[in-house]
Amino acid sequence: MAGTVTVPGSSVPSTPLLKDELDIVIPTIRNLDFLEMWRPFFQPYHLIIVQDGDPTKTIKVPEGFDYELYNRNDINRILGPKASCISFKDSACRCFGYMVSKKKYIYTIDDDCFVAKDPTGKDINALEQHIKNIMSPSTPFFFNTLYDPYREGADFVRGYPFSLREGTHTAVSHGLWLNIPDYDAPTQLVKPKERNERYVDAVMTIPKGTLFPMCGMNLCFDRDLIGPAMYFGLMGDGQPIGRYDDMWAGWCVKVICDHLSLGVKTGLPYIWHSKASNPFVNLRKEYKGIFWQEDIIPFFQNVTIPKDCDTVQKCYLYLSGEVKEKLGKIDPYFVKLADAMVTWIEAWDELNPATPAAENGKAK
Amino acid sequence: MRPPSLLSLTLDSALLHIAHIADLSHLPDHLVIDLFRRTLSAGKLTEKVLKLFLATGCEEIILAVQLLNIKQPIVPVLPTRCSESEVDIVIAALQPNLTTFFEAWRPFFSRFHIIVVKDPDMAENLQIPTGFDLKVYTKSDINGVLGASSINFSGHSCRYFGYLVSRKKYVISIDDNCLPVKDTAGSTVDVVAQHMANLKTPATPFFFNTLYDPYRKGVDFVRGYPFSLREGVECMLSCGLWMHNADYDPMTHVVKRNQRNTTYVDAVMTVPLGAMLPVSGINVAFNRDVLGPAMFPGLRLQNEGKHRWDTLEDIWNGLCAKVVCDSLGYGVKTGLPYVMRSDAEAGKALESLKDWEGVKVMDDVLPFFQSLKLSRTAVTVDDCVKGASWNCT
Repeated sequence: MAGTVTVPGSSVPSTPLLKDELDIVIPTIRNLDFLEMWRPFFQPYHLIIVQDGDPTKTIKVPEGFDYELYNRNDINRILGPKASCISFKDSACRCFGYMVSKKKYIYTIDDDCFVAKDPTGKDINALEQHIKNIMSPSTPFFFNTLYDPYREGADFVRGYPFSLREGTHTAVSHGLWLNIPDYDAPTQLVKPKERNERYVDAVMTIPKGTLFPMCGMNLCFDRDLIGPAMYFGLMGDGQPIGRYDDMWAGWCVKVICDHLSLGVKTGLPYIWHSKASNPFVNLRKEYKGIFWQEDIIPFFQNVTIPKDCDTVQKCYLYLSGEVKEKLGKIDPYFVKLADAMVTWIEAWDELNPATPAAENGKAK
Repeated sequence: MRPPSLLSLTLDSALLHIAHIADLSHLPDHLVIDLFRRTLSAGKLTEKVLKLFLATGCEEIILAVQLLNIKQPIVPVLPTRCSESEVDIVIAALQPNLTTFFEAWRPFFSRFHIIVVKDPDMAENLQIPTGFDLKVYTKSDINGVLGASSINFSGHSCRYFGYLVSRKKYVISIDDNCLPVKDTAGSTVDVVAQHMANLKTPATPFFFNTLYDPYRKGVDFVRGYPFSLREGVECMLSCGLWMHNADYDPMTHVVKRNQRNTTYVDAVMTVPLGAMLPVSGINVAFNRDVLGPAMFPGLRLQNEGKHRWDTLEDIWNGLCAKVVCDSLGYGVKTGLPYVMRSDAEAGKALESLKDWEGVKVMDDVLPFFQSLKLSRTAVTVDDCVKGASWNCT
């Protein structure tokens, strides 16, 4: 059957490929050799490559991939003065790719992430699992002890209210990593040899009201439902902080998803993370973030988005106001960030004019 | 005296790490034998380590195992993290013949005091094998201790009487139709050791760790996890899971009568603050010293029967416990350990459906617990439970 991935000899319904509905966004400064390993899984899809760093350098894309590539000059040209909200010299620039995409779903992956193997030794088709996650409902209102009840072989357990078994739309599918785990700099320094070797065969919904550290290495989301909230902040060159781009997006996304009754899943699929970044460099980037997050987390835990914010953009603009007022006291960086959040929404709306029938993330 | 040889030092080092070595087949036989001898002397032979040596195919070792009469499963030689003086095992007996049950659990239960509470509705005498430090409580004990009480201890609720009479800090409770299960590596799961590990390491309810329990070996808090929240809080309740016959409601049992749980999820995680969950009484452990007062059978369905799917007492109990833990800053974990739960007759599920009120009950119960706010002055579990009951009426 065209357009689907079939499991030979199995009665499991096949997962649709969604090749015309999903873009793969990859930030890179070096090269895209890693795509060779992903070729069997990624080749059907359109790639959006966001080239960070020196725009005069040519990034070689392996043959046979359908892609568009944007470097800093392109970003400046397309966004004009609004380009100031896109980070420079940091993989946070990938969110530009989210903005220019015209598809419903985005999958983003780092260029040091490879195909992992499951415990039987079989290659893991990460994209297929993300699609399964995002196309099945989430269950944020009550924790199911057997994890994702929509997975093959699982279900809701005894005691799960029937009125909650329809679930909510899934906005985000957060995958994990084998080998080099996503640790912060202090943990990397203390445990440089630790490798994540445990394959946890589960997907689960993160409960409503619970924040989590969202990693951008292996992430899939529904652009229609939550896209405007996936701003990866101001990081890198000229900024006091780095390696908090995905974290920031994750906190904003979760608060807005909770408000709009959308679901966030985490767990499978795993990818193989091959490169450990330099912990001393990381420490310098994360340093301020480690202290600031002590205030940032309570901020997100306590923020209440007003009922009349019924689109992602409205929620996000409300958040930016709160960031400026409440976090601006900690450091002027947050005032800049709040302004950038507004610029981002303006740029998003400009590049993605809403048709009356398709307002982003409208609550059910 | 000669200093130890480099080879000897290497073997000593291997012995230190024997629990983490995956394969010895590349070693010459005489070294494997020497290492085996040292392992026996050091008392480090566990089921996993024995498998490691046997996998080398070394004939001398196979012979030694036979001569020494080493059998699997073996009672772990390494001391587990808990002491007998801390733990009671409470078993509700809803069937008379518990021989298979206790023989299967013997390697893991034999160290501990066991409280068996016989379903007051059951007429037959219990058959329990010898060799356990075990006390049976029956209907007359329940009436003797409590006299006339509004609590109905029949059926699965009889286990709560065991919690009442226990004097230990920790209680582990497993349904009498569950047996030990093997993990993905083929080793038998020590349910006691895993529940105790869950209860004795901190829980992390304030922020979700995407690599699950950060206190497990080989894992940690991930990037973005606030440092001030990494100390965690004390874990009061450990909810285990079930392979094969999962804990479904009767409707799901009927609709998916052939579905069996075959996915072993190798994770423990803390259920976040404010998130409610359905706690199953089939495989559960808790800190009785602190949480004991919250572990009682509150909700009894009108036609409560002897099958788990006829009950919601544990679900109610779990919601109470979670609200109390959230209010007092304690943690609840879920995930490992697994037990193997045997089939109940699926046909009986269809019978239960006729009079089953379960469809609507949780729709009323859950919103109550989700909106329950306990007073700030309730600082003990006792106070919290009383506060919750006031809200109930």
